[in-house]
Amino acid sequence: MYPENLYYTKDHEWLKVEGDEAIIGITDFAQKQLGDIIYVDLPQVGKVLEAHQALASVESVKSVSDVFSPVSGEVIAVNEALSQTPDVINKDPHGEGWIVRIRIKNKEELNNLLKAADYEKYLEGLEH
Amino acid sequence: MSYIPISDRDKMEMLAKIGVNSVEELFSSIPENVRLKKDLNLPAPRSEMEVLDYFTEKGKKNDFSRYLHFLGGGAYEHFIPAVVDYLSSRSEFVTPYTPYQPEVSQGTLQVIFEFQTLICQLTGLDMANASLYDGATGAAEAILMGYRLKNKKRLLVASNVNPQYREVIYTYTKNLGLEVVEIPYDQSGRIDRAGLTASLNDDTSVLLCQSPNYFGVIEDVKSLAELAHNQGALLAVVISEPVSLGLLEAPGKLGADIVTGEAQSFGLPLSFGGPFLGFMACKKEFVRQMPGRIAGQTVDVEGRRGFVLTLSTREQHIRREKATSNICTNQAHCALRATIYLETLGHEGLKKLAWLNLQKAAYAAEQLTSLPGVSRKFSGPVFNEFVLEFPDRWEKIDKKLQEKGILGGLALGHHYSGLENCALITVTEVHHKEKIDAYVQALKEVLS
Repeated sequence: MYPENLYYTKDHEWLKVEGDEAIIGITDFAQKQLGDIIYVDLPQVGKVLEAHQALASVESVKSVSDVFSPVSGEVIAVNEALSQTPDVINKDPHGEGWIVRIRIKNKEELNNLLKAADYEKYLEGLEH
Repeated sequence: MSYIPISDRDKMEMLAKIGVNSVEELFSSIPENVRLKKDLNLPAPRSEMEVLDYFTEKGKKNDFSRYLHFLGGGAYEHFIPAVVDYLSSRSEFVTPYTPYQPEVSQGTLQVIFEFQTLICQLTGLDMANASLYDGATGAAEAILMGYRLKNKKRLLVASNVNPQYREVIYTYTKNLGLEVVEIPYDQSGRIDRAGLTASLNDDTSVLLCQSPNYFGVIEDVKSLAELAHNQGALLAVVISEPVSLGLLEAPGKLGADIVTGEAQSFGLPLSFGGPFLGFMACKKEFVRQMPGRIAGQTVDVEGRRGFVLTLSTREQHIRREKATSNICTNQAHCALRATIYLETLGHEGLKKLAWLNLQKAAYAAEQLTSLPGVSRKFSGPVFNEFVLEFPDRWEKIDKKLQEKGILGGLALGHHYSGLENCALITVTEVHHKEKIDAYVQALKEVLS
């Protein structure tokens, strides 16, 4: 169920590479855990991120979670639609619910990320 | 408060319950060398009646009713209608716990919602919180909120903001690596424009001013907002005498982004310094950075109007160390009193009250400055407080006035060099003409 063309993290972010750029969002597992998302605190375009640095926060009614950047890079666009309709993350987490687009600083870091099959295996482990 | 005694049997039962043999064993983790190995140096036990007599006698020392006072500067004596005490002491309001469960807390939540609504109307802003400790912590929270919103290290505070509020601002910001810059005042008692322009740059998050300020002078909030906004900074306005809002334009309508302050004037007695009642309001777009609890209106499953705590993800029980504040709470009972007070007065009542304050203060200023050597220190417009300059150090005059049973004003010299001969005089609706005339007569005698 997790698309093969995405990378994943143990913090439940996904990353899609497009040339030197990448789109980042949170996984279907993450949105289910959070419940109805009511607000997304988006970063400024131009923000420079280290890998594992908090890039946004996602709020449900009674919780708030940081979204960490899977790799280092610079924010070049944010999903403005989320400020009006944050629940699009619940409806389409791996597509319309993307959060930011970054310019990747070092493609080597992609090797540290999980493939779909590994992520699914990781989730199975969490369920026990 | 009820007296709860503890007998030897109670002690033994409690010790047995937690499985230790003696009080000494209970405290065994405390090092020997810091333990007090003797009884506290206390007088012999007394009966309840004796204790009551003892403290009644002590309490008489606090009697200030023998003084006629003209003190303000952040704490104001206003008449409190009996309905405030009566309604606020109803047990439904006195006993409930914090309203985490909306299904059993509708009354409390509705009061908070009404309080917020009143604060929004008075400040001219979109959103208000459920209250804060007091005006001083409100000012400090406003500064920190401005910093969170703009992320720039420079924070400007007018030097004519209440000195105690400024101290709390310094306490809150001291270890955060921020740059708090004080802005001087001019001969009108207002913020000095040249001083402000020199310090206000594009590295500034927020300018905090007070209006009426500590000298009682009303600031030009509109132009301060323009100056701040032109540099990309926010304007936070502190109100320590909110009765002034019965007459003055709401700061939010003049461009203020955050308005905070002290609502003690609304139905809370002076009580030797507290509890007071902080309030805070802001523009809608900034609400996620506002500290403190917020009550919101909603509908239940059957579509009926109801109230809940809302936007809780800003708060420490959810966001923990990243919460908008970990050092604030609301003052629900004080907010209840303020709500009853304001709803009793109504819009017209508050306006009339403000007029009374303004007119009585104007009369007092006119009469006092008719005495030789007494003059207004600042030329700016005032509400119910004003600074007078005397021919001698205020402490000396103050002492002589006290001998005549009058507390004539607050000394300013220990907070502001150059104002050693000055005092801040406050006049409210409780000062009948006779009281003001008595002050003028006493001062006349002291000066001659």
